[in-house]
Amino acid sequence: MSGLTPLWEVFIRTRNGMAHRHVGSVHAADAALALQAARDVYTRRGEGLSIWVVPSNAITASDPADKDELFEPATSKAYRHPSFYDIPDDIENM
Amino acid sequence: MTTLALKGLSPHLTYLLRLADDQLILGHRLSEWAGHAPMLEEDIALANIALDHIGAARALYQHAATLHGDGLTEDDYAYRRDTRDYLNALLVERPNGDFAHTIVRQLLYSAFALPLWQALMTSSDTTLAAIAEKSEKEARYHVRHAGDWFVRLGDGTGESKARMDAAIAALWPYGGELFETDATLAAAIEAGVAADPAAIEPLWRDTIEAAFDESGLPLPDRPGRQTGGRSGRHTEHLGFLLAEMQHLQRAYPGQRW
Repeated sequence: MSGLTPLWEVFIRTRNGMAHRHVGSVHAADAALALQAARDVYTRRGEGLSIWVVPSNAITASDPADKDELFEPATSKAYRHPSFYDIPDDIENM
Repeated sequence: MTTLALKGLSPHLTYLLRLADDQLILGHRLSEWAGHAPMLEEDIALANIALDHIGAARALYQHAATLHGDGLTEDDYAYRRDTRDYLNALLVERPNGDFAHTIVRQLLYSAFALPLWQALMTSSDTTLAAIAEKSEKEARYHVRHAGDWFVRLGDGTGESKARMDAAIAALWPYGGELFETDATLAAAIEAGVAADPAAIEPLWRDTIEAAFDESGLPLPDRPGRQTGGRSGRHTEHLGFLLAEMQHLQRAYPGQRW
């Protein structure tokens, strides 16, 4: 059956104020059933407040073979990290 | 551990056991799908719903045991009664069949259970009202789950439609029993404990008609009245179910985890 049934990627938001995070995928015939399947498979232990499902074939992925040209140039540019500032003691959450 | 024969129960206690037995037997039936469902997602979904039903059964049996006294526990009701002392509706003991049978059975029952729990939220039995409040949320999901599948299978392929037609023909005769009233139920309604099925039937029909309408499946006439479960007269299927469910306690009486 799963050979015929479309695949959906599942994103769950665990708390208010957090972003939806990818947790896995489910098979389902349409969006409504995909939401139900995601609820049943991924929120059984109280993990979720909100669910998104996205057809897997709607996702455009980078090619692993391109990783050198895409990501390698960033590794030598430490100055892009905001790590050269002194944070005042009064700032608690940073 | 001997068989528990229940004689002369009050209408209140009988009503609680009828509710609890529906939940336990349907929960057990759904649990039989574990490892066998058509796809992993449904395997987990059916197990979740089974656990909702078994959880409600436990709460109801615990409450009944407290009213009953005599040191009874929830396990005595589940594992020490024979078929004639089970009071579930015949619908919930029907075998799983194929996935279409399971979905039709679930929708017929859940469309009844949802308005039932809603009515019981104002029961004069405050413990029952609290159980109803928790179960109502679960039942809303059960209606949605079974209803969505009902529509998709009915409005799916020729194969799925044929299986739905067969499942409806097999299970529709068991729908009417859910709305029966006898002297015991009338007394429990009179006491403010029970919900009147006459008020629930139109709400059940609304849900069922909407599902048939959306699926394109033809709605049969009024549900048939295969009956007897509420007074312990069951189909041959319940005995086999109990034989499996009660096996451990029958083979090793009083055994505990």
